[in-house]
Amino acid sequence: MTLRRAGWFLSLPALLLVALFLILPVGATIFATFLEPKGVFAPYVDFFRSGFRRAVLWRTLEIAVITTALSLVIGFLVAFVVSRTPGRLRSILIIAAVFPLLTGVVVRSFAWLIILGKNGILNSFLIWLGVTDTPFTMLYTQGSVIVAMVYLFVPLMILTLVGVLEGIPDDLIQASASLGATPAATFRQVVFPLAVPGLIVGAVLVFTGSFTAYATPSLLGGEKQMVLGTLLHQRAMVAFDWTGASTVAAIMVVVTVLVVLGMTRVAKRLNPMAT
Amino acid sequence: MRTPIPLPLIAFTVLVYLFLMGPLVIVIGAALSDTSYLTFPPQGLSLRWFEKIFEMAAFRRTIVTSLQIAFLATALALLIGIPAAYALNRYRITLPTWLSTIFVLPVLVPEIVLGFSLLRSVAVGNDLPIFATLLVGHTLIVLPYCVRVVSASLASFDFSIEEAAISLGSPPLKTFFTIVLPNIQSGVIAAFILAFITSVNDVSVSLFLTGPGVSTLPIQILAHVEQFFDPVIASVSVLLMLLTVTVMAVVERTLGLTFLAK
Repeated sequence: MTLRRAGWFLSLPALLLVALFLILPVGATIFATFLEPKGVFAPYVDFFRSGFRRAVLWRTLEIAVITTALSLVIGFLVAFVVSRTPGRLRSILIIAAVFPLLTGVVVRSFAWLIILGKNGILNSFLIWLGVTDTPFTMLYTQGSVIVAMVYLFVPLMILTLVGVLEGIPDDLIQASASLGATPAATFRQVVFPLAVPGLIVGAVLVFTGSFTAYATPSLLGGEKQMVLGTLLHQRAMVAFDWTGASTVAAIMVVVTVLVVLGMTRVAKRLNPMAT
Repeated sequence: MRTPIPLPLIAFTVLVYLFLMGPLVIVIGAALSDTSYLTFPPQGLSLRWFEKIFEMAAFRRTIVTSLQIAFLATALALLIGIPAAYALNRYRITLPTWLSTIFVLPVLVPEIVLGFSLLRSVAVGNDLPIFATLLVGHTLIVLPYCVRVVSASLASFDFSIEEAAISLGSPPLKTFFTIVLPNIQSGVIAAFILAFITSVNDVSVSLFLTGPGVSTLPIQILAHVEQFFDPVIASVSVLLMLLTVTVMAVVERTLGLTFLAK
Protein backbone atom coordinates (compact mmCIF):
# COMPACT_ATOMS: atom_id res chain seq x y z
CA MET A 1 0.00 0.00 0.00
CA THR A 2 2.74 2.46 0.91
CA LEU A 3 4.73 1.37 -2.13
CA ARG A 4 1.77 2.11 -4.31
CA ARG A 5 1.34 5.53 -2.74
CA ALA A 6 5.04 6.38 -3.08
CA GLY A 7 4.95 5.71 -6.83
CA TRP A 8 1.94 7.94 -7.36
CA PHE A 9 3.30 10.63 -5.05
CA LEU A 10 6.55 10.87 -7.02
CA SER A 11 4.90 10.97 -10.43
CA LEU A 12 2.15 13.36 -9.35
CA PRO A 13 3.87 16.70 -10.17
CA ALA A 14 4.71 15.62 -13.74
CA LEU A 15 1.27 14.06 -14.13
CA LEU A 16 -0.41 17.27 -12.98
CA LEU A 17 1.64 19.41 -15.37
CA VAL A 18 0.62 17.27 -18.36
CA ALA A 19 -3.02 17.03 -17.23
CA LEU A 20 -3.51 20.73 -16.44
CA PHE A 21 -1.46 22.31 -19.21
CA LEU A 22 -1.68 19.80 -22.05
CA ILE A 23 -4.70 17.50 -21.78
CA LEU A 24 -7.10 20.18 -20.49
CA PRO A 25 -6.17 23.04 -22.87
CA VAL A 26 -5.91 20.82 -25.98
CA GLY A 27 -9.14 19.06 -24.97
CA ALA A 28 -10.81 22.46 -24.51
CA THR A 29 -9.64 23.59 -27.97
CA ILE A 30 -11.17 20.52 -29.62
CA PHE A 31 -14.30 20.57 -27.45
CA ALA A 32 -14.97 24.24 -28.25
CA THR A 33 -15.39 23.44 -31.96
CA PHE A 34 -18.51 21.43 -31.08
CA LEU A 35 -20.10 24.21 -29.04
CA GLU A 36 -20.70 26.65 -31.89
CA PRO A 37 -24.19 28.21 -31.84
CA LYS A 38 -24.56 27.48 -35.58
CA GLY A 39 -24.61 23.73 -34.99
CA VAL A 40 -22.50 20.89 -33.64
CA PHE A 41 -20.44 20.29 -36.76
CA ALA A 42 -20.78 23.79 -38.26
CA PRO A 43 -17.01 24.67 -38.12
CA TYR A 44 -16.17 21.41 -39.91
CA VAL A 45 -18.90 21.94 -42.52
CA ASP A 46 -17.43 25.42 -43.10
CA PHE A 47 -13.93 24.00 -43.35
CA PHE A 48 -14.77 21.35 -45.91
CA ARG A 49 -17.06 23.69 -47.89
CA SER A 50 -14.20 26.10 -48.48
CA GLY A 51 -12.28 25.09 -51.58
CA PHE A 52 -9.22 26.95 -50.29
CA ARG A 53 -9.12 25.08 -46.98
CA ARG A 54 -9.72 21.73 -48.65
CA ALA A 55 -6.79 22.55 -50.92
CA VAL A 56 -4.65 23.38 -47.87
CA LEU A 57 -5.52 20.07 -46.18
CA TRP A 58 -4.84 18.16 -49.40
CA ARG A 59 -1.52 19.97 -49.97
CA THR A 60 -0.42 19.25 -46.39
CA LEU A 61 -1.20 15.55 -46.79
CA GLU A 62 0.59 15.47 -50.14
CA ILE A 63 3.71 17.16 -48.76
CA ALA A 64 3.73 14.89 -45.70
CA VAL A 65 3.30 11.69 -47.74
CA ILE A 66 5.99 12.60 -50.30
CA THR A 67 8.39 13.75 -47.55
CA THR A 68 7.82 10.51 -45.61
CA ALA A 69 8.34 8.33 -48.68
CA LEU A 70 11.54 10.09 -49.76
CA SER A 71 12.95 10.15 -46.22
CA LEU A 72 12.18 6.43 -45.82
CA VAL A 73 14.03 5.44 -48.99
CA ILE A 74 17.03 7.73 -48.41
CA GLY A 75 17.20 7.05 -44.67
CA PHE A 76 16.94 3.28 -45.10
CA LEU A 77 19.71 3.02 -47.71
CA VAL A 78 22.07 5.32 -45.80
CA ALA A 79 21.32 3.70 -42.43
CA PHE A 80 22.14 0.32 -43.95
CA VAL A 81 25.57 1.56 -45.06
CA VAL A 82 26.18 3.25 -41.68
CA SER A 83 25.19 0.10 -39.77
CA ARG A 84 27.72 -1.98 -41.77
CA THR A 85 30.53 0.58 -41.47
CA PRO A 86 33.27 -0.33 -39.00
CA GLY A 87 34.50 1.62 -35.97
CA ARG A 88 35.63 5.18 -36.27
CA LEU A 89 34.08 6.01 -39.62
CA ARG A 90 30.74 4.85 -38.25
CA SER A 91 30.99 7.30 -35.32
CA ILE A 92 31.78 10.11 -37.74
CA LEU A 93 28.75 9.23 -39.87
CA ILE A 94 26.53 9.18 -36.76
CA ILE A 95 27.89 12.53 -35.59
CA ALA A 96 27.30 13.97 -39.08
CA ALA A 97 23.64 12.93 -38.77
CA VAL A 98 23.21 14.11 -35.16
CA PHE A 99 24.63 17.56 -35.85
CA PRO A 100 21.92 18.70 -38.29
CA LEU A 101 19.27 17.08 -36.09
CA LEU A 102 20.31 19.16 -33.08
CA THR A 103 20.62 22.32 -35.16
CA GLY A 104 17.27 24.06 -35.08
CA VAL A 105 14.53 23.85 -37.67
CA VAL A 106 14.75 27.59 -38.34
CA VAL A 107 18.47 27.45 -39.12
CA ARG A 108 18.11 24.46 -41.41
CA SER A 109 15.15 25.96 -43.28
CA PHE A 110 16.91 29.31 -43.57
CA ALA A 111 19.83 27.57 -45.29
CA TRP A 112 17.48 26.55 -48.10
CA LEU A 113 16.25 30.10 -48.37
CA ILE A 114 19.83 31.13 -49.30
CA ILE A 115 20.16 28.24 -51.74
CA LEU A 116 16.81 28.41 -53.53
CA GLY A 117 16.24 32.19 -53.69
CA LYS A 118 15.86 34.06 -56.98
CA ASN A 119 19.42 35.38 -56.62
CA GLY A 120 20.33 32.33 -54.59
CA ILE A 121 23.27 30.02 -54.92
CA LEU A 122 21.56 27.41 -57.06
CA ASN A 123 20.32 29.99 -59.57
CA SER A 124 23.73 31.72 -59.74
CA PHE A 125 25.31 28.33 -60.31
CA LEU A 126 22.86 27.40 -63.08
CA ILE A 127 23.41 30.74 -64.81
CA TRP A 128 27.19 30.31 -64.51
CA LEU A 129 26.88 26.84 -66.04
CA GLY A 130 24.91 28.34 -68.90
CA VAL A 131 21.86 26.15 -68.24
CA THR A 132 19.62 29.20 -68.13
CA ASP A 133 19.74 33.01 -68.56
CA THR A 134 16.81 33.86 -66.34
CA PRO A 135 16.73 32.56 -62.79
CA PHE A 136 14.13 29.89 -62.01
CA THR A 137 11.44 30.52 -59.42
CA MET A 138 12.16 27.85 -56.86
CA LEU A 139 11.07 29.45 -53.61
CA TYR A 140 7.41 29.33 -52.61
CA THR A 141 6.79 26.17 -54.60
CA GLN A 142 5.70 22.83 -53.23
CA GLY A 143 9.02 21.40 -54.39
CA SER A 144 11.06 23.78 -52.23
CA VAL A 145 9.00 22.88 -49.15
CA ILE A 146 9.46 19.17 -49.83
CA VAL A 147 13.23 19.46 -50.41
CA ALA A 148 13.67 21.35 -47.14
CA MET A 149 11.45 18.90 -45.25
CA VAL A 150 13.33 15.88 -46.59
CA TYR A 151 16.52 17.65 -45.52
CA LEU A 152 14.97 18.14 -42.08
CA PHE A 153 13.87 14.55 -41.57
CA VAL A 154 16.54 12.38 -43.25
CA PRO A 155 18.89 12.59 -40.21
CA LEU A 156 16.05 11.51 -37.91
CA MET A 157 15.28 8.57 -40.18
CA ILE A 158 18.96 7.54 -40.39
CA LEU A 159 19.36 7.58 -36.60
CA THR A 160 16.09 5.70 -36.04
CA LEU A 161 17.04 2.99 -38.53
CA VAL A 162 20.75 2.54 -37.72
CA GLY A 163 19.88 0.96 -34.37
CA VAL A 164 17.36 -1.40 -35.96
CA LEU A 165 19.65 -2.42 -38.81
CA GLU A 166 22.57 -3.05 -36.47
CA GLY A 167 20.40 -5.60 -34.73
CA ILE A 168 20.37 -7.70 -37.90
CA PRO A 169 23.26 -10.17 -37.56
CA ASP A 170 25.82 -10.20 -40.35
CA ASP A 171 25.62 -14.01 -40.37
CA LEU A 172 22.09 -13.79 -41.67
CA ILE A 173 23.13 -11.69 -44.65
CA GLN A 174 26.07 -14.01 -45.36
CA ALA A 175 23.86 -17.07 -45.07
CA SER A 176 21.51 -15.57 -47.61
CA ALA A 177 24.42 -14.83 -49.96
CA SER A 178 25.96 -18.28 -49.53
CA LEU A 179 22.62 -19.84 -50.43
CA GLY A 180 22.83 -18.04 -53.75
CA ALA A 181 20.81 -14.86 -53.25
CA THR A 182 22.03 -11.79 -55.12
CA PRO A 183 22.81 -8.72 -52.93
CA ALA A 184 19.60 -7.10 -54.18
CA ALA A 185 17.56 -10.19 -53.28
CA THR A 186 19.16 -10.37 -49.83
CA PHE A 187 18.36 -6.73 -49.28
CA ARG A 188 14.76 -7.17 -50.37
CA GLN A 189 13.99 -10.51 -48.75
CA VAL A 190 16.15 -10.54 -45.61
CA VAL A 191 17.15 -7.03 -44.53
CA PHE A 192 13.96 -5.20 -45.47
CA PRO A 193 11.44 -7.45 -43.67
CA LEU A 194 13.55 -7.38 -40.50
CA ALA A 195 13.71 -3.59 -40.64
CA VAL A 196 9.94 -3.10 -41.01
CA PRO A 197 9.27 -2.24 -37.34
CA GLY A 198 11.95 0.48 -37.46
CA LEU A 199 10.65 1.76 -40.79
CA ILE A 200 7.19 2.13 -39.27
CA VAL A 201 8.50 4.07 -36.27
CA GLY A 202 10.47 6.33 -38.63
CA ALA A 203 7.50 6.81 -40.94
CA VAL A 204 5.25 7.82 -38.04
CA LEU A 205 7.84 10.34 -36.75
CA VAL A 206 8.38 11.90 -40.17
CA PHE A 207 4.73 11.93 -41.20
CA THR A 208 3.48 13.56 -37.99
CA GLY A 209 6.43 15.97 -38.00
CA SER A 210 5.90 17.13 -41.58
CA PHE A 211 2.10 17.12 -41.31
CA THR A 212 2.21 19.57 -38.38
CA ALA A 213 5.29 21.61 -39.41
CA TYR A 214 5.21 25.39 -39.27
CA ALA A 215 8.65 26.98 -39.69
CA THR A 216 9.69 25.25 -42.93
CA PRO A 217 6.45 25.81 -44.91
CA SER A 218 6.30 29.34 -43.57
CA LEU A 219 9.84 30.23 -44.74
CA LEU A 220 9.93 28.27 -48.01
CA GLY A 221 6.28 28.05 -48.97
CA GLY A 222 4.93 31.37 -47.74
CA GLU A 223 1.31 32.27 -48.41
CA LYS A 224 1.39 30.54 -51.78
CA GLN A 225 1.94 27.10 -50.31
CA MET A 226 -0.20 27.38 -47.21
CA VAL A 227 -0.36 24.19 -45.14
CA LEU A 228 -2.35 23.37 -41.99
CA GLY A 229 0.38 24.71 -39.68
CA THR A 230 0.59 28.08 -41.39
CA LEU A 231 -3.21 28.18 -41.79
CA LEU A 232 -3.65 27.61 -38.04
CA HIS A 233 -1.24 30.46 -37.29
CA GLN A 234 -2.87 32.76 -39.83
CA ARG A 235 -6.39 32.04 -38.50
CA ALA A 236 -5.35 32.57 -34.87
CA MET A 237 -2.87 35.45 -35.02
CA VAL A 238 -3.81 37.39 -38.17
CA ALA A 239 -7.55 36.83 -38.62
CA PHE A 240 -8.31 36.28 -34.89
CA ASP A 241 -10.72 33.58 -36.02
CA TRP A 242 -10.29 31.28 -33.03
CA THR A 243 -13.01 28.87 -34.07
CA GLY A 244 -11.32 28.45 -37.45
CA ALA A 245 -7.93 27.94 -35.78
CA SER A 246 -9.40 25.44 -33.32
CA THR A 247 -10.98 23.51 -36.19
CA VAL A 248 -7.60 23.24 -37.93
CA ALA A 249 -6.04 22.15 -34.60
CA ALA A 250 -8.69 19.46 -34.12
CA ILE A 251 -8.18 18.13 -37.65
CA MET A 252 -4.42 17.98 -37.03
CA VAL A 253 -4.86 16.05 -33.78
CA VAL A 254 -7.35 13.60 -35.32
CA VAL A 255 -5.11 12.84 -38.33
CA THR A 256 -2.01 12.49 -36.09
CA VAL A 257 -3.78 10.13 -33.67
CA LEU A 258 -5.25 8.06 -36.52
CA VAL A 259 -1.84 7.70 -38.17
CA VAL A 260 -0.09 6.76 -34.91
CA LEU A 261 -2.78 4.20 -33.96
CA GLY A 262 -3.05 2.83 -37.50
CA MET A 263 0.68 2.38 -37.91
CA THR A 264 1.06 0.81 -34.46
CA ARG A 265 -1.58 -1.72 -35.48
CA VAL A 266 0.20 -2.43 -38.76
CA ALA A 267 3.48 -2.82 -36.84
CA LYS A 268 1.87 -5.33 -34.47
CA ARG A 269 0.45 -7.36 -37.33
CA LEU A 270 3.75 -7.48 -39.19
CA ASN A 271 5.85 -8.25 -36.15
CA PRO A 272 4.14 -9.66 -33.06
CA MET A 273 7.33 -9.11 -31.03
CA ALA A 274 7.26 -5.35 -31.58
CA THR A 275 5.30 -3.08 -29.29
CA MET B 1 34.09 -11.34 -42.02
CA ARG B 2 31.86 -8.49 -43.10
CA THR B 3 29.56 -8.37 -46.06
CA PRO B 4 30.93 -5.96 -48.66
CA ILE B 5 28.66 -2.98 -49.35
CA PRO B 6 27.87 -2.46 -53.06
CA LEU B 7 29.70 0.50 -54.56
CA PRO B 8 26.61 2.40 -55.84
CA LEU B 9 25.24 2.33 -52.29
CA ILE B 10 28.46 3.87 -50.95
CA ALA B 11 28.33 6.57 -53.64
CA PHE B 12 24.71 7.28 -52.72
CA THR B 13 25.62 7.59 -49.03
CA VAL B 14 28.39 10.06 -49.83
CA LEU B 15 25.94 12.16 -51.85
CA VAL B 16 23.39 12.14 -49.02
CA TYR B 17 26.00 13.29 -46.53
CA LEU B 18 27.03 16.10 -48.90
CA PHE B 19 23.34 17.03 -49.05
CA LEU B 20 23.21 17.05 -45.23
CA MET B 21 26.36 19.10 -44.68
CA GLY B 22 26.28 21.42 -47.72
CA PRO B 23 23.53 23.81 -46.59
CA LEU B 24 25.15 24.24 -43.16
CA VAL B 25 28.53 25.01 -44.75
CA ILE B 26 26.81 27.56 -46.97
CA VAL B 27 25.25 29.26 -43.93
CA ILE B 28 28.67 29.48 -42.24
CA GLY B 29 30.18 30.93 -45.41
CA ALA B 30 27.38 33.47 -45.78
CA ALA B 31 27.84 34.55 -42.14
CA LEU B 32 31.51 35.35 -42.73
CA SER B 33 30.91 37.39 -45.87
CA ASP B 34 31.84 41.07 -45.83
CA THR B 35 28.93 41.96 -48.13
CA SER B 36 25.64 43.48 -47.00
CA TYR B 37 23.64 40.79 -48.78
CA LEU B 38 23.62 37.02 -48.41
CA THR B 39 26.11 35.35 -50.69
CA PHE B 40 28.22 32.23 -51.04
CA PRO B 41 31.15 31.71 -51.40
CA PRO B 42 31.83 34.63 -49.00
CA GLN B 43 33.32 37.77 -50.57
CA GLY B 44 35.90 39.13 -48.19
CA LEU B 45 36.02 37.66 -44.71
CA SER B 46 34.63 39.61 -41.80
CA LEU B 47 33.08 39.10 -38.40
CA ARG B 48 31.02 42.27 -38.61
CA TRP B 49 27.72 40.41 -38.90
CA PHE B 50 28.45 38.77 -35.56
CA GLU B 51 29.00 42.17 -33.96
CA LYS B 52 25.81 43.34 -35.61
CA ILE B 53 23.76 40.70 -33.71
CA PHE B 54 24.67 42.25 -30.40
CA GLU B 55 24.10 45.78 -31.65
CA MET B 56 20.47 44.95 -32.34
CA ALA B 57 18.32 45.23 -29.21
CA ALA B 58 15.72 42.76 -30.49
CA PHE B 59 18.35 40.04 -30.85
CA ARG B 60 20.02 40.81 -27.52
CA ARG B 61 16.67 40.66 -25.75
CA THR B 62 15.44 37.46 -27.42
CA ILE B 63 18.75 35.66 -26.88
CA VAL B 64 18.46 36.41 -23.15
CA THR B 65 14.80 35.31 -23.05
CA SER B 66 15.58 32.10 -24.96
CA LEU B 67 18.40 31.21 -22.57
CA GLN B 68 16.31 32.06 -19.49
CA ILE B 69 13.34 30.02 -20.69
CA ALA B 70 15.53 27.08 -21.74
CA PHE B 71 17.34 27.04 -18.40
CA LEU B 72 14.22 27.39 -16.23
CA ALA B 73 12.10 24.97 -18.30
CA THR B 74 14.84 22.33 -18.23
CA ALA B 75 15.40 22.74 -14.48
CA LEU B 76 11.65 22.47 -13.81
CA ALA B 77 11.25 19.47 -16.12
CA LEU B 78 14.12 17.69 -14.35
CA LEU B 79 12.73 18.60 -10.94
CA ILE B 80 9.44 16.84 -11.71
CA GLY B 81 10.78 14.43 -14.34
CA ILE B 82 13.45 12.73 -12.21
CA PRO B 83 10.96 11.68 -9.48
CA ALA B 84 8.57 10.48 -12.20
CA ALA B 85 11.29 8.48 -13.93
CA TYR B 86 12.35 7.06 -10.55
CA ALA B 87 8.76 6.05 -9.76
CA LEU B 88 8.31 4.45 -13.20
CA ASN B 89 11.41 2.28 -12.66
CA ARG B 90 11.30 1.63 -8.91
CA TYR B 91 7.53 1.11 -8.50
CA ARG B 92 6.78 -0.14 -12.00
CA ILE B 93 4.55 -3.04 -10.91
CA THR B 94 2.36 -0.83 -8.72
CA LEU B 95 1.71 1.78 -11.41
CA PRO B 96 -0.62 1.46 -14.41
CA THR B 97 1.01 1.18 -17.83
CA TRP B 98 -0.78 4.25 -19.19
CA LEU B 99 1.20 6.43 -16.80
CA SER B 100 4.37 6.26 -18.89
CA THR B 101 2.27 7.04 -21.99
CA ILE B 102 1.10 10.26 -20.31
CA PHE B 103 4.69 11.49 -20.17
CA VAL B 104 5.11 10.89 -23.91
CA LEU B 105 1.96 12.89 -24.77
CA PRO B 106 3.82 16.19 -25.32
CA VAL B 107 5.65 14.49 -28.21
CA LEU B 108 2.47 12.97 -29.62
CA VAL B 109 0.30 16.10 -29.57
CA PRO B 110 1.33 18.46 -32.41
CA GLU B 111 3.41 21.25 -30.85
CA ILE B 112 1.59 23.93 -32.80
CA VAL B 113 -1.71 22.70 -31.36
CA LEU B 114 -0.22 22.80 -27.86
CA GLY B 115 1.05 26.35 -28.39
CA PHE B 116 -2.29 27.59 -29.68
CA SER B 117 -4.21 25.81 -26.89
CA LEU B 118 -1.95 27.29 -24.21
CA LEU B 119 -2.57 30.76 -25.63
CA ARG B 120 -6.31 30.17 -25.84
CA SER B 121 -6.94 28.52 -22.47
CA VAL B 122 -4.07 29.53 -20.24
CA ALA B 123 -2.69 32.90 -21.34
CA VAL B 124 -5.98 34.44 -22.44
CA GLY B 125 -8.47 32.19 -20.63
CA ASN B 126 -6.76 32.24 -17.25
CA ASP B 127 -4.77 35.44 -17.58
CA LEU B 128 -1.41 33.84 -16.91
CA PRO B 129 1.41 36.21 -17.99
CA ILE B 130 2.97 35.39 -21.37
CA PHE B 131 6.40 34.64 -19.90
CA ALA B 132 4.93 32.14 -17.41
CA THR B 133 2.83 30.48 -20.13
CA LEU B 134 5.88 30.27 -22.39
CA LEU B 135 7.79 28.64 -19.53
CA VAL B 136 5.00 26.10 -18.94
CA GLY B 137 4.89 25.29 -22.66
CA HIS B 138 8.63 24.72 -22.84
CA THR B 139 8.62 22.64 -19.64
CA LEU B 140 5.99 20.41 -21.27
CA ILE B 141 7.90 19.88 -24.51
CA VAL B 142 11.17 19.02 -22.75
CA LEU B 143 9.58 16.78 -20.08
CA PRO B 144 9.49 13.65 -22.32
CA TYR B 145 13.25 13.96 -22.97
CA CYS B 146 13.98 14.26 -19.25
CA VAL B 147 11.78 11.31 -18.27
CA ARG B 148 13.05 9.13 -21.09
CA VAL B 149 16.78 9.80 -20.73
CA VAL B 150 16.74 9.57 -16.92
CA SER B 151 14.64 6.39 -17.16
CA ALA B 152 17.22 4.86 -19.49
CA SER B 153 19.88 5.61 -16.86
CA LEU B 154 17.77 4.19 -14.03
CA ALA B 155 17.02 1.03 -16.00
CA SER B 156 20.65 -0.02 -15.56
CA PHE B 157 20.79 1.04 -11.90
CA ASP B 158 20.78 -1.78 -9.36
CA PHE B 159 18.12 -0.81 -6.82
CA SER B 160 19.45 -3.37 -4.34
CA ILE B 161 22.30 -0.91 -3.59
CA GLU B 162 19.70 1.62 -2.51
CA GLU B 163 17.88 -0.99 -0.43
CA ALA B 164 21.14 -1.95 1.23
CA ALA B 165 21.78 1.67 2.25
CA ILE B 166 18.24 2.03 3.60
CA SER B 167 18.41 -1.23 5.54
CA LEU B 168 21.64 0.05 7.10
CA GLY B 169 19.71 3.03 8.44
CA SER B 170 20.18 5.72 5.83
CA PRO B 171 17.03 7.89 5.45
CA PRO B 172 15.31 7.46 2.00
CA LEU B 173 15.78 11.03 0.78
CA LYS B 174 19.43 11.11 1.80
CA THR B 175 19.90 7.73 0.13
CA PHE B 176 18.48 9.12 -3.09
CA PHE B 177 20.94 12.02 -3.14
CA THR B 178 24.01 10.08 -2.00
CA ILE B 179 23.44 6.71 -3.67
CA VAL B 180 20.96 6.95 -6.57
CA LEU B 181 21.69 10.40 -8.01
CA PRO B 182 25.47 9.95 -8.36
CA ASN B 183 24.80 6.72 -10.25
CA ILE B 184 22.47 8.33 -12.78
CA GLN B 185 24.48 11.56 -13.02
CA SER B 186 25.44 11.11 -16.67
CA GLY B 187 21.81 10.54 -17.63
CA VAL B 188 20.74 13.69 -15.81
CA ILE B 189 23.45 15.78 -17.52
CA ALA B 190 22.53 14.40 -20.94
CA ALA B 191 18.83 15.01 -20.28
CA PHE B 192 19.59 18.58 -19.23
CA ILE B 193 21.58 19.35 -22.33
CA LEU B 194 19.14 17.69 -24.78
CA ALA B 195 16.18 19.42 -23.15
CA PHE B 196 18.04 22.74 -23.20
CA ILE B 197 18.74 22.65 -26.92
CA THR B 198 15.20 21.46 -27.70
CA SER B 199 13.86 24.48 -25.86
CA VAL B 200 16.26 26.93 -27.49
CA ASN B 201 15.32 25.66 -30.97
CA ASP B 202 11.56 25.51 -30.42
CA VAL B 203 9.33 27.40 -32.82
CA SER B 204 5.84 25.91 -32.79
CA VAL B 205 5.02 26.41 -29.10
CA SER B 206 6.71 29.81 -28.78
CA LEU B 207 4.97 31.06 -31.93
CA PHE B 208 1.76 31.84 -30.07
CA LEU B 209 3.29 32.77 -26.73
CA THR B 210 5.08 35.95 -27.60
CA GLY B 211 3.84 39.32 -26.51
CA PRO B 212 5.04 42.80 -25.72
CA GLY B 213 8.68 42.44 -24.69
CA VAL B 214 8.57 38.65 -24.69
CA SER B 215 9.85 36.73 -27.70
CA THR B 216 12.34 33.96 -28.30
CA LEU B 217 15.30 33.87 -30.67
CA PRO B 218 13.79 31.54 -33.32
CA ILE B 219 10.64 33.68 -33.47
CA GLN B 220 12.80 36.82 -33.81
CA ILE B 221 14.73 35.12 -36.64
CA LEU B 222 11.46 34.37 -38.48
CA ALA B 223 10.31 37.97 -38.00
CA HIS B 224 13.66 39.36 -39.22
CA VAL B 225 13.77 37.16 -42.33
CA GLU B 226 10.33 38.43 -43.36
CA GLN B 227 11.72 41.96 -43.67
CA PHE B 228 15.45 41.76 -44.30
CA PHE B 229 17.66 39.40 -46.21
CA ASP B 230 21.07 40.25 -44.72
CA PRO B 231 23.82 38.04 -43.27
CA VAL B 232 22.74 38.71 -39.64
CA ILE B 233 20.55 35.62 -39.66
CA ALA B 234 23.41 33.56 -41.04
CA SER B 235 25.64 34.68 -38.18
CA VAL B 236 22.90 33.99 -35.59
CA SER B 237 22.60 30.55 -37.19
CA VAL B 238 26.33 30.01 -36.70
CA LEU B 239 25.96 30.92 -33.01
CA LEU B 240 23.21 28.29 -32.72
CA MET B 241 25.46 25.75 -34.45
CA LEU B 242 28.19 26.49 -31.90
CA LEU B 243 25.63 25.73 -29.19
CA THR B 244 24.89 22.43 -30.97
CA VAL B 245 28.59 21.56 -31.01
CA THR B 246 28.82 22.23 -27.26
CA VAL B 247 25.77 20.06 -26.63
CA MET B 248 27.21 17.22 -28.69
CA ALA B 249 30.51 17.41 -26.84
CA VAL B 250 28.71 17.12 -23.50
CA VAL B 251 26.52 14.22 -24.65
CA GLU B 252 29.59 12.47 -26.03
CA ARG B 253 31.33 12.83 -22.64
CA THR B 254 28.34 11.60 -20.63
CA LEU B 255 26.41 9.00 -22.59
CA GLY B 256 28.28 8.64 -25.85
CA LEU B 257 26.66 9.90 -29.05
CA THR B 258 25.56 6.43 -30.05
CA PHE B 259 22.91 6.86 -27.35
CA LEU B 260 21.08 9.10 -29.80
CA ALA B 261 21.05 6.40 -32.46
CA LYS B 262 18.45 4.07 -31.04
